[in-house]
Amino acid sequence: MTTTTVDPGEIAKFEAMAAEWWDPEGKFKPLHMLNPCRLDYITTQIAGEYDRDLNVDAPFEGLRILDIGCGGGLLCEPMARLGATVVGVDAAERNIPVARTHAAQSGLEIDYRHTTAEAMVQAGEAFDVVLNMEVVEHVADPLAYLTACRQLLKPGGLHICSTINRNAKSFAMAIVGAEYVMRWLPKGTHEWSKFITPDELYELMRNAGLDPVDRKGFVFNPVSWQWRLSNRDLSVNYVTAALKPA
Amino acid sequence: MDNPGRPPILRDMENATDLIIVGGGLNGCALALAAARSGLRSTVLDALPTDTRAAPGFDGRSYALALASVRMLQALDLWEGLPAQPMNEIKVSDGRVGDAEVFLGLHFDSDEIEEGPMGHMVEDRHLRQRLLQTMEAEPLITHMPESRVVAQQTGPSGASVTLEDGQEITGKLLIGADGRQSGTAQRAGIQRTGWGYGQRALVCAIAHEKPHNGVAHQLFLPPGPLAILPLTENRSSIVWSEAEGRAQEINALSDEDYLTVLRPRFGDFLGEISLAGARYIYPLNLTLANAFVAERLALVGDAAHGVHPIAGQGLNAGLRDVAALAHVLAHARRRGEDIASPQVLERYQRWRRFDTATLAAATDLFNRLFSNDSGLLRLGRDIGMALVNAAPGLRRRFIREAAGLTGDLPDLMRA
Repeated sequence: MTTTTVDPGEIAKFEAMAAEWWDPEGKFKPLHMLNPCRLDYITTQIAGEYDRDLNVDAPFEGLRILDIGCGGGLLCEPMARLGATVVGVDAAERNIPVARTHAAQSGLEIDYRHTTAEAMVQAGEAFDVVLNMEVVEHVADPLAYLTACRQLLKPGGLHICSTINRNAKSFAMAIVGAEYVMRWLPKGTHEWSKFITPDELYELMRNAGLDPVDRKGFVFNPVSWQWRLSNRDLSVNYVTAALKPA
Repeated sequence: MDNPGRPPILRDMENATDLIIVGGGLNGCALALAAARSGLRSTVLDALPTDTRAAPGFDGRSYALALASVRMLQALDLWEGLPAQPMNEIKVSDGRVGDAEVFLGLHFDSDEIEEGPMGHMVEDRHLRQRLLQTMEAEPLITHMPESRVVAQQTGPSGASVTLEDGQEITGKLLIGADGRQSGTAQRAGIQRTGWGYGQRALVCAIAHEKPHNGVAHQLFLPPGPLAILPLTENRSSIVWSEAEGRAQEINALSDEDYLTVLRPRFGDFLGEISLAGARYIYPLNLTLANAFVAERLALVGDAAHGVHPIAGQGLNAGLRDVAALAHVLAHARRRGEDIASPQVLERYQRWRRFDTATLAAATDLFNRLFSNDSGLLRLGRDIGMALVNAAPGLRRRFIREAAGLTGDLPDLMRA
C-alpha cells in the first residue's frame, strides 16, 4: 500500500472525473465510439512496423510509447495492456490525476505527466512510437509541434497522427453536427480554420523531417452507429502514419 | 500524486484468469475453447462431476446442429471424426393424427443452397466427450468439476466467485453459462421475461426398420409439432409436443404403450419402430433475460434465452452467442481494450439480443399458428406453405435461416 498525502476528498473527485472520462455513454461518448477504430489502426501499424504478433500476450513488450494529449488514458491503457512502456502527457493538469486513478483501478502502470511535447524534447526523451491523436488541429504552430514530435522519436520510430479535414463536409459534421446538433462535444471545441487537409498534413510532416507512409479515413456509419477505417474516404476524420528516417 | 492503493479485488489479479465460466455444459466448454483460440485463459466451473458428464452410453439425447454451428465446431477442431448424420432434406407437413396419407406441404432441400447440408444430427454423448477431451488438452483452460458457486462479486477492476468449499476464483469477466435457472444471472439481479405454452416436449430416440435417407420431418399435428430427425444408422430422434396433462399421461406409460401412442402420429414410412435410449420430458416455455450483460458479466446460451425447442434452435442459438462473444473478446484483446469493459460487453449484447428476441418471437408465432386445429388457421397455413413451396427464393431464404447463415456471422461461423 502506497502512502499518500493527497486529501481523500480530492481522490473522490478524481474518481468521479475518471468515471466520467470512461463512461461510454457520458461526456466523452464520441471518443469511446471512435476508439476501437483508432486502436485497430494504431495496433496494426505498430505490429507491422515492429513485426509483432497481436495474438500473443504482451505483444508490445519492450516498446516505449508516448501519447500526447492523453486525457483520461483512453489510448494509454490499451497500449500498456499490450505490454508497452507508456508515457502519457497532457497540457491540461487536471487530466493527470484522473488518468492515474483509472490506471490504478485497471491494475496498469502508466507514467502520466503534466507537460508538453516541447518540454519532453528539452528533457531528452526518446520513444519508439509517438501517438498524436486529435491534437494537431488545436496547436498554434503545427510545424513546430510536428518537429517536436519527430525529435521525440528514436531513429526509425513511428509517428501516428489523426486530425480533421477542412472542407464543407467536415465543417458540417465536426462543428455543426458534433458540437451543435448532437452536443457530443462542447461548443467551441474546434476552430474550422485550423483544420488541416491530408495533403497539407503530409507536407507539414515532410517539412518536420518525417516520412509519411500511410493514411486512412475514419468513416461513421449512422445505421450501424459505428466507425470503420476507409482507404478512400478521408473527407472528415483521418489518420496518418509516418516514420522518422533511420 | 502517488497512485492510490490497489483495490482488494486486484490483489490476486496477477494469477487470475481471464474468464470465469460458471457452467460446464456444451456452451460453457465451447466458449472456453473459442476464447483459448485468441489466447484468453478460462476457468470452467461445473457443478456436476466429470463422470456424469462423460457417461459413454447413448441416452437418447441429440442435437440438430445448423450448418453455422457445424462450421464453428470445425473451426474449434471438434468436428473431425465426430459421428454425425447429415440432414439433406427437411419435409414440413400439416396433418391429423391417424391420417393414413400425410400431406407433404413444404419441402426444403440442401441442393438448393451451395453451402451443403443445412444441418447435422449429433448425439449429446459424442459432442460432450469431444468437448471434454479437447478442453483437457488445452493449457489455457482450467476445468473444475464438482464446483458449486455460492457467491459472486464484480467491480470496476475484476470479478470473483466463491465456491461451496470457500475457495475464491478471480478473473476479468464472469460468464453465466449455467442454464435457464442461471444462478449467475439471479445473483446479478438480472430479471427474466418468460411464458409457458401449457405444453411439454416428449423426447426419445427410436430404431426403425427402413432407412431415413437423411430426411428430417417436421409434422404439425393439432396437439403440437412432431419432429423426426435422422440419426446415424437406422435410428431417429423424436421430439413430440403434447398438451401439459396429456404429455404427463403419455410419459407415465410403459415403453410398449408409449410406442402405441407414437406410431399413428407419423405413419409407417420407416417401418417397424422400437425405442433406442431413454425417454425425456421437458416443459415448453420461453424465457429471455432482460439483459445479456451487467458489470463484468455476460450471459450465454439458456442463461440468456431459452427458446421453444420446436426447430432445434436452442443449442444453435447458444453456440451463436459463444461465437459472437468470442469474436468480440478476441478483437478487444488485440486492440488492448479491457475485455470486460462496458463498451466491449455492449457490442456483444447489441449483436445477440436483437437476433434472439426475433427468434423467440418467430418461434412463438410458429407454434401458436400450427398447434391448432381451427379450420380457418389450417386453411391459412396450408395456403402459406403452398406459397413458400412455389417460390424458390423464399424457400432458399428459409433454408439459409435454418442453416444459421443469415445475419452478421461471427468469425468462427464463416466458411
